[in-house]
Amino acid sequence: MKIAVCVKHVPEGPSRLDSQTFRLDRSGEGALNHFDANAVEEALRLKGDSDTEVVAVSLGPQRALDSLRKALAMGADRAVLVSDDAAAGSDLVATSRLLAAALEKENADLVLFGQQASDADGAVLWAAVAERLGRPVVSQAMELTVDGGSVRVKRQTEFGYDTLEVPLPAVVAVSDAINEPRYPSLKGIMGAKKKPQDVLSLAELGVDAGEAGESGSRTTVLALGDPPARADARKIDDDGNAAQAIVEFLAEKRLV
Amino acid sequence: MARPSNFPPPFSARDYVAEPTDPPDERIEVGVLVVGAGPAGLACAIRLGQLIGEHPEMAERFGEVPVAVLEKGKQPGSHLLSGAVVDPRALRRLFGDRFRMQDLPSYGPVPGESVYVLTRRSALPIPPPPPMRNHGNWVFSLSELGRFLAEQAEEGGAMILPETAAQKLLVSHGRVVGVRTGDKGRNREGGELGNFEAGSDLVAKVTVLAEGTQGHLTGVALDRFDLRGSEPQVWELAVKEVWKVAKPLDRVIHTMGWPLRTSKRYREFGGSFIYPMGEDMVTIGLVVGLDYRDASLSVHDLLQELKTHPKIRKILAGGERVQWGAKTIPSGGFNSLPRELHAPGLLLCGDGVGMVNVPRLKGIHYAIESGRLAAEAAFRALQRGETPASSLSSYDDAVRDSFIWSDLHEVRNMRQVFGRGFFVGGALASAMTMSKGRVELGKMEAEPDAEQPLLVTDRDKSYPAPDGKLTFDKLSSVFASGNKTRDDQSNHIRIERRVPREVAQLWAHMCPAQVYEVGREDADGTVMVDVAPSNCVQCGAITAKGGRLTPPEGGSGPEYTVT
Amino acid sequence: MSTLVFLESHGNELQKGSLGVLAKAASLGDGDVAAVIAGESAKALAAEAGRFGAAKVWVCEDGEVAQPLPQPRVDVLAQVVEEGGYDTVLFANSVLAADVASGLAARLDAGLNWDLVDLELKDGDLVGKRPALQDSVYADVGWTSTPRLALFRAGSFDATPTGGGEPEVADVSPSYEAHSTAVKLVGQDAEESSGPSIEDADVIVAGGRGLGSPDNFTLAEELAKVLGGAVGATRAVVDAGWYPYSAQIGQTGKSVSPKLYVALGISGAIQHKVGMQSSGTIVAINKDANAPIFEFSDLGVVGDVHEVVPKLTELVRARKS
Repeated sequence: MKIAVCVKHVPEGPSRLDSQTFRLDRSGEGALNHFDANAVEEALRLKGDSDTEVVAVSLGPQRALDSLRKALAMGADRAVLVSDDAAAGSDLVATSRLLAAALEKENADLVLFGQQASDADGAVLWAAVAERLGRPVVSQAMELTVDGGSVRVKRQTEFGYDTLEVPLPAVVAVSDAINEPRYPSLKGIMGAKKKPQDVLSLAELGVDAGEAGESGSRTTVLALGDPPARADARKIDDDGNAAQAIVEFLAEKRLV
Repeated sequence: MARPSNFPPPFSARDYVAEPTDPPDERIEVGVLVVGAGPAGLACAIRLGQLIGEHPEMAERFGEVPVAVLEKGKQPGSHLLSGAVVDPRALRRLFGDRFRMQDLPSYGPVPGESVYVLTRRSALPIPPPPPMRNHGNWVFSLSELGRFLAEQAEEGGAMILPETAAQKLLVSHGRVVGVRTGDKGRNREGGELGNFEAGSDLVAKVTVLAEGTQGHLTGVALDRFDLRGSEPQVWELAVKEVWKVAKPLDRVIHTMGWPLRTSKRYREFGGSFIYPMGEDMVTIGLVVGLDYRDASLSVHDLLQELKTHPKIRKILAGGERVQWGAKTIPSGGFNSLPRELHAPGLLLCGDGVGMVNVPRLKGIHYAIESGRLAAEAAFRALQRGETPASSLSSYDDAVRDSFIWSDLHEVRNMRQVFGRGFFVGGALASAMTMSKGRVELGKMEAEPDAEQPLLVTDRDKSYPAPDGKLTFDKLSSVFASGNKTRDDQSNHIRIERRVPREVAQLWAHMCPAQVYEVGREDADGTVMVDVAPSNCVQCGAITAKGGRLTPPEGGSGPEYTVT
Repeated sequence: MSTLVFLESHGNELQKGSLGVLAKAASLGDGDVAAVIAGESAKALAAEAGRFGAAKVWVCEDGEVAQPLPQPRVDVLAQVVEEGGYDTVLFANSVLAADVASGLAARLDAGLNWDLVDLELKDGDLVGKRPALQDSVYADVGWTSTPRLALFRAGSFDATPTGGGEPEVADVSPSYEAHSTAVKLVGQDAEESSGPSIEDADVIVAGGRGLGSPDNFTLAEELAKVLGGAVGATRAVVDAGWYPYSAQIGQTGKSVSPKLYVALGISGAIQHKVGMQSSGTIVAINKDANAPIFEFSDLGVVGDVHEVVPKLTELVRARKS
């Protein structure tokens, strides 16, 4: 079996948006999106001692190799990075197009995602990628078992727990409740460098530069502003009637 | 009067010296093991890479992993913090014609400088005393320089291993054979979590400790091999912030005086630095000697107070704090250097052994130079094929022949004469420097910082209330250090938990990261010290003032990027 | 502008969040708004959609959409967008709706802006509001082509009936892609009744050091119970062993965004703030008038939690019964 895990390299430390491009400044330190570590862990757990191949796949600047190496240090077998200046600024539609192209090449039986990106809080990419790959998708997986040609997934929704059966090949996004990611061992970290790491340009991926980055995107950031002040914020001193005032406030907001 | 040293921490260096325990085939073998990805350790790794490149026939002797660098921070640079105005001598020697200074990630040469003596409202300019003259030096962020050096070291073939703490010194038959790395995934009580990962034995032909100030294994090694110098080491605590500002600063500024008190009984020696970092950033820091006595003194809060000075407020006007950090500086100088800088299989570099020129406010170039010399000594030893004890002594000889030795020797009496501190009185310091240290005033004993008897004033009542814009509380500062340490790990700080109230107050005020709080009082009048170890930014002040910092789980602590 | 709103139904109920989005779309007043309901009793629910502003409701009761799975709904929406020629499709975030929106974006190669908290027309152009960087920045976002897809953060709009009448109802029965119907639901358990988890709760009552002692967490627990919420804690009290780590909210704990966050004796350190500042409404009770929490509370009460909270719990209980 072959499992591809999609991982994101996210900025560390104080984040800022570039005031010209409105893009997240990705020039500083970065690290593996911690939600993706759950996906890597799950892939490694499924692999166990078998000959299943685990491939970590990312889209990002050259430095994203650091995050892919973390996945390799944890135990992934191989890494693929799609990196191209023309891909910077890709929105959901463009990102899903590029990632799907890379995954198409890999043709893995199972594609795993983490539950969200910690930088942009995106929690939707897998469904777009699955659609482009023409594969079934399940998100919020909190238990995952592979059974022959299908996976059984327990997931949590707003209404309770669903158990789903999904034929392979499939795309699954795991929740952070599914496991506790391992620490890479020192041997793992040292061995990671020697594992295969391919960096693909858009041309090598067979995607036209016009289909990536801003020209391949369908959304745009128009302006940045401060968050609205909490409208009508009030502060009162308790004169014995504060509890009553709180209840009235909650009633007014229809919260009780 | 209580002294913190009367309440020693439950810590024994012996517990951190061990024989290798992993079975031989599971030990990780490297050629030279460097502990600490700071300027000393990375210079060492870079120089080793150069030497191996020049002598390809030696590659085999170094083995599959010729050089490994352990770093406890999340990334190289995560735990690096300094002023930093850097004397370029050592960088030039390290890189030769490979890089020019302008190719390095700096903020350029020092554009000009001023020194002020402050009072609450005024600032009296004085001519910069000779040791504080910085013409020809360069402004850096040490964290950024560290990242650059790490890239160079990796390109030269070194393997950098971040998020990995060096927990124990491996000694076999009297010889250092490597280190044991720290465990990961332990809970508050020390038990193993589901993802527990045990540390590893990392064995090397030569181990170089370049851990920086308050280095954990450096301290262990000094005790194990009886290397401590004639005088105890003493420290200063530096707290600094990096600000994005509206208009560029055109010079480096040092201040003395306010907000420190001049009365001798407080022993408050220190001063501030304000350096430009390009067009839109400045860094501002306050340094105070840790031999101070007032349990209510907080360097963090004094820095907040300093920023309210009209002169400084103006520099920061319209700006925004982008990062915060703290670190100790060894300031014992020449007389506190270890007797020897090597032991069998072991070399010691940089700030860890106190290579800091206190009056000149500089140590980075000594760290780099000592790392370079350590690399050459280690290489020579491996060239001879053996690593007997004597073969590493050439490192001590090289350091004694270097500018590290002559510089530190020249200023050796400075602090004994003028009290101590980065910021000694201008004219007197000048006289001292111009006489090249020949003014012999008799040697005066230095006392360890933790032996100063405490007094308690109401100094803390006058710290400014944090406004979240110019002045900040400690927890906000910890946040601005990038620290997001896992809370449920074991406590890495060793202190006596039950102490007299003034000792607890000392720790609570001293710690810039709000690790200690004065807890409940017991019937005998002592109090419990509550500890929040995940706030710790590993500045090392607690080790100076009567406790002991050990490395937490690798990857913990601050995540500095521009300090 | 011709807008389509995805209405999520569960059992025989339309979800409030999606009705809120529908009401919002109707309130923009730029052209008719249609809705789509896919699932059992879709037809029966159409009238309710009318009351929240839908002039037309597309319904699908095919067996393929009987289960709460996203991909068959992508087929339904793709068909409706094509038939109805809609240039805007709006969703209220949920586990299901997020996957439908994202799948539809890929299917139609359409722009999707997610995590929006507001939508407005600026000079005829549709502009979304999207908080970023832990809500410290608000971005105005737009679309460069149609159809324009938007996914709104839960609770962004009140579901207020617009007074609309009986909508036109149209059936839709698309052809389903093979991969869209590959997932099979084999089991379903309702949420256990031990109260909502801290991540899912609409109401969180959180306690800090100001509670004074671990025993006083019962104040938070009782208030949470009458409000139907979960109990959270600050790092300081978790560190002190007053409450389990699993309840810790903040930078190194959980990030939450309930509709109502009640902070009891919490000072509001930045480490706590980043984990809860995107809550809908924040009420804080603290006796320190200078506590930073008051700077980001909708209602701040300077007072003693031991006095105020028991009364508050009683009043809420009385109101509910």
